[in-house]
Formats: sequence, C-alpha cells, structure tokens
Amino acid sequence: MFKVISAAKSWDGEIDLLIMGKNTADVAQNAAKIKDLSSIIRLDGNHLEHLLAEDAAKIVEMLSDSYQVILAAHSWFSRNFLPRVAAILNVSLITDVLKIENNNVYTRSIYAGNVHAKIHSKDPIQLLTIHTSLFDACAKDGGGAKVIKKDSPAPMNLTSWKSEKINKSDRPALIDAKIVISGGRSLGSEENFDKVLSPLVDEVGAALGATRAAVDAGYAPNEIQVGQTGVVVAPELYMAVGVSGANQHVYGMKDSRVVVAINNDPDATIFQFADYGLVADLFDAIPEINKLIKE
Amino acid sequence: MYNLVLKKFESHKKMRILVAIKRVQDYNVKVRPKSDGSDVDIDGIKMGINPFDENALEEALRLREKELATEITVVSIGDSKNEDVLRHGLAMGANRAILIESEEYLQPLGVAKVLKGLVEKEKPDLILLGKLALDSDAGQTGQMLAGLLNYPQGTFVSKIEINNNKLIVTREIDGGTNILEMNVPAVLTADLRLNEPRFVKLPNLMMARKKTIEKVKASELASDTSTNIELLEVSVPPSRKAGIKVSSAKELLQKLKDNEGIKL
Repeated sequence: MFKVISAAKSWDGEIDLLIMGKNTADVAQNAAKIKDLSSIIRLDGNHLEHLLAEDAAKIVEMLSDSYQVILAAHSWFSRNFLPRVAAILNVSLITDVLKIENNNVYTRSIYAGNVHAKIHSKDPIQLLTIHTSLFDACAKDGGGAKVIKKDSPAPMNLTSWKSEKINKSDRPALIDAKIVISGGRSLGSEENFDKVLSPLVDEVGAALGATRAAVDAGYAPNEIQVGQTGVVVAPELYMAVGVSGANQHVYGMKDSRVVVAINNDPDATIFQFADYGLVADLFDAIPEINKLIKE
Repeated sequence: MYNLVLKKFESHKKMRILVAIKRVQDYNVKVRPKSDGSDVDIDGIKMGINPFDENALEEALRLREKELATEITVVSIGDSKNEDVLRHGLAMGANRAILIESEEYLQPLGVAKVLKGLVEKEKPDLILLGKLALDSDAGQTGQMLAGLLNYPQGTFVSKIEINNNKLIVTREIDGGTNILEMNVPAVLTADLRLNEPRFVKLPNLMMARKKTIEKVKASELASDTSTNIELLEVSVPPSRKAGIKVSSAKELLQKLKDNEGIKL
C-alpha cells in the first residue's frame, strides 16, 4: 500500500485511499496518518467482509467519476476485480507496471520478463497495478487525511462466498521476506525438500520458496512457487538451491538484491543470474552452511 | 413414477461450454525484440495453445465425461494461423471450433468485446478461459468478459464442482484459497493446478484435420475493438550479470558478509 501511494505521486494532484470491508473505521483512522494522502474513502458493509469481485468493481465504478488515476498493488486481490472495472469503464488496465514516466507512459514486462514494453495510454482514466518491489514506500505517518464514509451500493449477489483457507506459517511471507531460500527439483523428494532446507530456512529466518518443477513434482505446495506462474519476490538475499534457472523461475526472483546459487551442475543457467555461485552437491553444502552459521 | 424419473433428469442441467484459447509462444522459447525495437520478433518460433487455456479445455472435457456438459466449443481470435490451436482443441475432444477472424492483434478489452458478441450469439452456460496468456502476461480477458456480460466470475480456479446446478469453485487469493458459489451462466479462468491436460493422440489429430472450423469476422461480433494503448517500443530488460564462483560454503558466507553486508 505504501509503495502504491508513492507510485501515485508520479502524478500531480490529491491522492485518496479507498478502503472496503466490514467495520473499516479503525483501519481508516490508522490510514489517515499516512503522509501524502488527502482523504480516506471508506465503505462498510456486511457483504464486503469477504470482498467479491462483482461488488468491488461496482464500488470502484461508482467512485470513478472523481478520479483520473486508479492504482493498486499487483496482487491476486487486484488482478481479480480491476479488469472487471476496466471493462465496465471501457478503458484498458495496465498490469504489473515496472516504471511510470510523464504523460502516462509505462514500462511493463511481457513474454515471461524476456521483453520490456514501453506503452502510452490515452485513456481518460488510467487504471494500473504496480510491481511494488520496484517502488519505494511512502512515509507511514506525519499525514492528516480526512476520513469520508460513503454508502456502499447494494450487493450484486452474483456469487456467494463460502469459505477461505489462509496458509498459516511461522515463517515470514514470501512476498515480504528479507531472505528467500528456494529449492528445485534436485531436492528429489518432498521429504528431502523439508529435511534439507527447513533447518537453514528457520536458522536464518527466511521464507521457503520452490520452483515450478519442484511443485509439479509434488515436493512443495504451490503457494510457495516462485516465478511467472507463482509469486514474484525481491528480497535482500535469494538463495536458489538445486535450481536450474528456467525462464519462468528467473522472472520471479531476478529483482532480488543478492542472488546465491548452489547447484552441482557448473553449466546450470541459474549461475548466469547469481552474484555468488557455489558448484556443490546441495545435500552436503546446505547442512554445512547451516553448521557454519551456528558456529 | 414416470414423473419422478423425468424430474430427476431435469434437475441435472447439462451445460454448453465455450472455451477461449489463444495461440502463444512455447513456454520454453525466449522471445526477443525486433532489431528496430518496434515489436517482438515471433517469426518462426514455436507456437502452441496457451498452457492455462489447455487446462480450461481439459476441465470442460472432464465435465462432459461426467455428463455435466453436452457441447464444448473452442474459439480463438486471429488469422488463419490460429487454426492449428483450434485443431489441437478438436483433437483433445471439443465438439466444435470457431475462428474469429481478425487482422489485428487485439488487446484484452478488444478480445473481451468480441467474445461478448459470440456469447450473445451462442449463449453458452459456462465460459472457460486460461487465467493469463504467456505472451502479454495481462490476465484480464475473463474478468473483462464477465464485467461486460454482468456475469458472475471465478478467477484463478484450481477446482470446479457442480452441486444443484451451482458452480462451486476453489480459487487463489493472496496467501491461500477461497471457495465461491455461483449460478450459470458464468465465466471461470483456469489455473495450472486445475488439472493435467491429456495428451493428444495422433489418430485424433488426423481426424481433427478433417473437421470444419466455423468462421466469423471479429467486426461482426463487436463494432469497436480498438484501445487507447500505443506500443512505443520493446527492449531487452537489463539482465542480472553473472557474478563470481566461490569454492566453498565458508567462502560463500565470508563473501556475503564482506561484500554485501549480509551476515547469516
């Protein structure tokens, strides 16, 4: 959110924050402290507790008259409903924006990150999702936005929410972790994946990631997949363990500050993207690293 | 007694399903810009059905195998080159194939408008698409189509069940999954986890070659498919440079500490 607000500062003009949900008063009060915001627009409703795309799109459509730019972080949340908003408003949505230039010129990546496209939008409303890891966060306090409560439109009742399952873990979330350690298919089994990587992951307080190949092989759950078809991360340190370096995986980690690759194949593609490469058997190297850290 | 039996038949509505498929580069291909940077160079590279769209079609076929669907139609938009993915769809088991002829490469909004025209004509109960296409990486067409039609939407779907003629879908959210229920007609977009698409057998591919592909012009389905987006240039992104090789775990930790200020 803080990074999206700082992205919004690319345009002149006031910035408002929209909050939708059930009992949003406290959240809105807290958000009012964020610097650079003019107003917090909050909409409450029992049916907004588990926000559905149809209802979220209706609300943004209702508010869209007053705005020239609408942005959100590129997440499953925004990807679900903002395209619906775009179609209703008859404008394009530009997803996963890497760079914002003057006069509504944007850079985004296409073809699994192998190509960057620079595009210009002449839409009357600019609708964007932001690749947050490339933007700085705005100041979290020092502001004094006014909170405006608006009536929410009636429920659309097109879909109904049944249940949700949030994957709980004591480890940091992949997306926020300072260190990410990812395993590839070389781990060989679900058991090894856990046995070899978990001690080091927990020792250094990292998040655990996996390649698509490891997920497809059943070694790791899909929630921890790093890549074009999974999560995109940009930690301080990314350790790729037994990872070959497929396009679609590199797409998900190439913005990391420091990349370490450990692989017994000296020709593995991943070494082309690593700041530090260690050609070694991961089954020896990972326990050794863990042991050295403990010492 | 007879009435009861009839009623039982009625309570199980069989769906007609429309599956939209896109022809994209093979996922292993590294696409490059043209030398003048005006667009990407896709001449001569390996192309095929977008993987997520293949999951969407596979799921439609499984619903038909469970006798929950009757007719499955695959549709693609573009020039005659797209006939190969439609024939792939027929070979997998689709009943019909429609090519929506368009000279231009349409943006998601244009595609959604054209598909809306087709949905109004064909009136399917369920529209299935992939959650994103490997070329544009936009992931928007399904949601846009649902918005234009004012249909319920289920995106990034990893499981579809049908109970009392309602769709019950499991879908990805940030940090987990949720389950939504909706009536048809609806639009769903498929995640890779939805299923494992079947292999196409050669005899099926041969048979699919003889089948007719229905054709309709994009302009007959939507009057305006243009968008306000102009492509200025494409370029190769700055790549990470390969760094150094270290000889041991000890050296690795030392270098991380000395050069990067990272102490593990």
